[in-house]
Amino acid sequence: MTVIVTDTGFGPDTWTAGYGGDTALDLPSDTDPVQLVERLAAQVQMIRIAFPSFADGRGFTIARQLRLSGYKGHIRAYGHVIADQYAMARRSGFDDVEISEELAARQPEAQWLARANWQQNDYQARMRGGSPAAA
Amino acid sequence: MYKYNDFDTAFVTERNAQFRAQVERRIDGSLTEDEFKPLRLMNGLYLQLHAYMLRVAVPYGSLNSAQMNTLALLAEKWDKGYGHFTTRQNIQYNWPKLSDVPDMLDALAEVGMHAIQTSGNTIRNVTSDHFAGAAADELEDPRPVAELIRQWSTDHPEFQFMGRKFKIAVGAATKDRAVLKAHDLAVRIVKNDAGETGYQILVGGGLGRTPMIGKVINDFLPRADLLPYIESVVSVWNQIGRRDNKYKARIKITVHEHGIDDIRARVDARFALIRPTFTGADQDLLAEIKTHFVAPIFRSGGIETYDVAYKADPVFRAWADTNLAEHRHADHAIVTISIKKHGATPGDASAEQMRVMADLAAKFGYDELRISHEQNVILPHVHKSDLPAMHAQLKEHGLGTANIGLISDIIACPGMDYCALATARAIPVAEQIATRFDELKLEHDIGNLQIKISGCINACGHHHVAHIGILGLDRAGVENYQITLGGDATWSAAIGERAGPGFAYDEIVPAVERIVGTYLEIRDNADETFLETFRRVGMAPFKAALYPEAIKKVA
Ligand code: SF4
Repeated sequence: MTVIVTDTGFGPDTWTAGYGGDTALDLPSDTDPVQLVERLAAQVQMIRIAFPSFADGRGFTIARQLRLSGYKGHIRAYGHVIADQYAMARRSGFDDVEISEELAARQPEAQWLARANWQQNDYQARMRGGSPAAA
Repeated sequence: MYKYNDFDTAFVTERNAQFRAQVERRIDGSLTEDEFKPLRLMNGLYLQLHAYMLRVAVPYGSLNSAQMNTLALLAEKWDKGYGHFTTRQNIQYNWPKLSDVPDMLDALAEVGMHAIQTSGNTIRNVTSDHFAGAAADELEDPRPVAELIRQWSTDHPEFQFMGRKFKIAVGAATKDRAVLKAHDLAVRIVKNDAGETGYQILVGGGLGRTPMIGKVINDFLPRADLLPYIESVVSVWNQIGRRDNKYKARIKITVHEHGIDDIRARVDARFALIRPTFTGADQDLLAEIKTHFVAPIFRSGGIETYDVAYKADPVFRAWADTNLAEHRHADHAIVTISIKKHGATPGDASAEQMRVMADLAAKFGYDELRISHEQNVILPHVHKSDLPAMHAQLKEHGLGTANIGLISDIIACPGMDYCALATARAIPVAEQIATRFDELKLEHDIGNLQIKISGCINACGHHHVAHIGILGLDRAGVENYQITLGGDATWSAAIGERAGPGFAYDEIVPAVERIVGTYLEIRDNADETFLETFRRVGMAPFKAALYPEAIKKVA
């Protein structure tokens, strides 16, 4: 079991369709967002982007490129994402973060909720007249 | 000088609170050491050989007296009474305790300073021309653009966990004083043929183990396109830059492997997506930032005291000849205070010296100071009539050394004395070279000569772009120093050429002496600088002087 982190804290996974069908994509962190956008089918509603290590920040660029290219579906960060990266993930266009129970135990809900104020103190929003980078 | 608004203050306060919590969460095990590492690095805290080191940002090298006084306070209260000015116009404290760091950051925040993104795989503190706002040869003050970039890059959500660090510099003068061509990305404020101001953008410069000169990716960028363009470059690199080998991760390698044309095409495509997200708020912000950088109202008045002292006092005259630069107002001067006293650690200043410089800036310098990448401190605006009084006070505090641009004005990285990556000592070599040439009383005769020393292949001491570069290596457990000649850190940038086999620790100073002796012998006249002579005659005569045995063997 994994834990889904949103602005309101920890919750269960409500995406039940899995990643095998044609409505969801499960992507590695070295995905080329340019090629991805060119081939993206209209029925895709969920894109999960892997963070094999929290130090691999390519996922932030992929999510942001998806948003800039007009993708309106769900984007999820999956794997080794730490609480300190929650605001970055949200600002880059992710809707939520999927972490292991082990990580959720080590970094409990309060540590993630501390970053739920990601819309505040955001230089990018100032640069762009109010909207976060990916909007 | 930029003054924090409510937003900046709230941001830094929140950030410091987050870091305080991160330190606690490291201690309680919420964060592993691996996870804590990039978090402390992006807050300026680095682990050295013996202790933590805190690197405080001095954005584009500009600060006021209150900020300099706070730097002195940090040195005294939480360190060993001194700080070290770096080649990125920052200041480092070598001995802070981890538990004190949050308090140090809070003290900095009170004067509008921070240590954010001075380390780690982030966009680093943006650097600029240390004569900005005062130089006679600049198109405009580059600091508002640098400040805009500082704000844009601060906590940018996409760029906090990149493959490697990313360094940006901004310049706006005819002369390049910011080593633009050795940066991951350089912004040059230029005018086009139609008389419009815009930006020339260079990418892929860098030193380190694979030195590269930056290449032009965009020759003329309209002003409103700057942030989206830089963002496109960093975004493309964050995606395609190599993450399999940290020595191949910098954008210079990406540019080298893909070619500048391929990178340009990718950047242009990304720019088309990113540009529409900027709707002008950034330009309003830039206009607002510019109001913080209006030049002071320069006082007028005679400069007789200066003329009298210049004629009468040879010590003052020597200092004025080397340490003053032309100001855009003829009755003012740009003063470079040497932090390179002969025999002392280049770039180290005591708390007392920092306070003296802060006081002088408040009294004579319109409250402005700058840190140069050459590790000196600059008072950018001083009326010439105040110079004799100022010089007298500088002398009293070991700050009167007259050696700017001379052989003892050496850049040296921390090397084996502090750095965990070092393969050799750098600071003692600098100290010995400076002491030796001071004894010889030759340095004013030698004239402009830049020596830069790195304690390992990472090249933090910029040795590749030195007229005489020294790289300290480890050869089977013994220090060995390689010499390069003919490097250039300005707009005519060049990577120095290796002279030949390295020298032992006790041979390096005599080797430098032989190089300099050769130069003095073969220069056309006293006005031909070392670099000019090298460019005219090439490596051969210097090689002959460095390796006389090899010549004998051939003969
Ligand atoms: S050049 Fe090497 S020794 Fe010097 S500071 Fe950089 S990493 Fe350390």
